[in-house]
Amino acid sequence: MPVETAVPAGYIRVFGKPKALSDVKYTYCPGCHHGIVTRLVAEAIDELGILERTVGIAPVGCAVFLDRFMNCDFVQAAHGRACAVATGIKRARPELVVFTYQGDGDLAAIGTAETIHAANRGENITVIFVNNGIYGMTGGEMAPTTLPGQRTTTTPWGRDPRLHGYPLKISEMLAQLDGPTYITRQAVFDYPHIVRARQAILKAFRNQLEGKGFSLVEILSTCPTNWRMSPQEAGRWVAEHVTKHYPLGDLKDVR
Amino acid sequence: MPKGIVIVEKERCKGCGLCIEACPFGVLGFSSDYNSSGYRVVHMEHPEKCTGCAVCGYVCPDVALEIYRREPVGGTV
Ligand SMILES: Cc1ncc(C[n+]2csc(CCOP(=O)(O)OP(=O)(O)O)c2C)c(N)n1
Ligand code: SF4
Repeated sequence: MPVETAVPAGYIRVFGKPKALSDVKYTYCPGCHHGIVTRLVAEAIDELGILERTVGIAPVGCAVFLDRFMNCDFVQAAHGRACAVATGIKRARPELVVFTYQGDGDLAAIGTAETIHAANRGENITVIFVNNGIYGMTGGEMAPTTLPGQRTTTTPWGRDPRLHGYPLKISEMLAQLDGPTYITRQAVFDYPHIVRARQAILKAFRNQLEGKGFSLVEILSTCPTNWRMSPQEAGRWVAEHVTKHYPLGDLKDVR
Repeated sequence: MPKGIVIVEKERCKGCGLCIEACPFGVLGFSSDYNSSGYRVVHMEHPEKCTGCAVCGYVCPDVALEIYRREPVGGTV
């Protein structure tokens, strides 16, 4: 990209694509928060200078092509098994930095057991949990995290808790365990929240480098396509509704 | 000369418009240009107002924006 030619002398680059991201364009839909979260992970890898020894575990879901978007090594796990795969890699090669990047359908539905047990064992890994309250990739079916009353393709009249259960609060559940070190819930719907989410992701990676144990950053994300909203409406929906059910902030932080 | 410059990587932009809404100074808008994927890409509608704060870059989900800021001259920005 011949950017330099367009910028006159006397200007310095203050923001751009992190080195840990490749030139491959994301396959996420327009305005989807997955793109921001992926960039924040790449920025953390850049800032800590760990690109050459980082291994990501890609999920099944819209982030399945993460290995193409990022320049670190990757293993693509079977649906929901990312924390189990991460456990194996980290135990075999403790000098590597191992993270998982998972949606709520992956981490909080089919992969609930793997997630809870990795957290309970206090595995020294970093988990990035992208909660958009829906199965994005497969066409917008209800997830365990879907809000009461929320319409999805499998709850066309809205989620009825008596029939479909209540939103599953994974971070609150994990924070009750003795195993995990750092459990936090963040969002990326505006600039201040992105700055905070960036700090949280950085801390979750630092914890691993310091051998502190299991860190999970839940990020309230959007799925404009399956929520049938514009990206702007979707961001406001997170700010006004999703955060009511899933309050932001640190749930556990062992120093 | 404006304080900041936003370079849009045309092929990465998906025309979601989140940067347009986020810019505190109303610098960005949709251009009349489309990229090869058919997305209408953003551009600097009011380049003179840009401060190089990079808020647009932070909110861009597709990492399509690169921000440059004028180097401080004589100690002031
Ligand atoms: C074993 C197995 N079961 C089901 C599927 C179908 N499937 C693909 S993605 C997905 C859900 C993804 O949702 P989520 O984890 O929330 O990620 P998102 O796409 O929203 O980012 C499902 C059920 C599969 N690929 N493998
Ligand atoms: S389907 Fe939803 S979660 Fe998946 S990329 Fe599109 S907007 Fe994002």
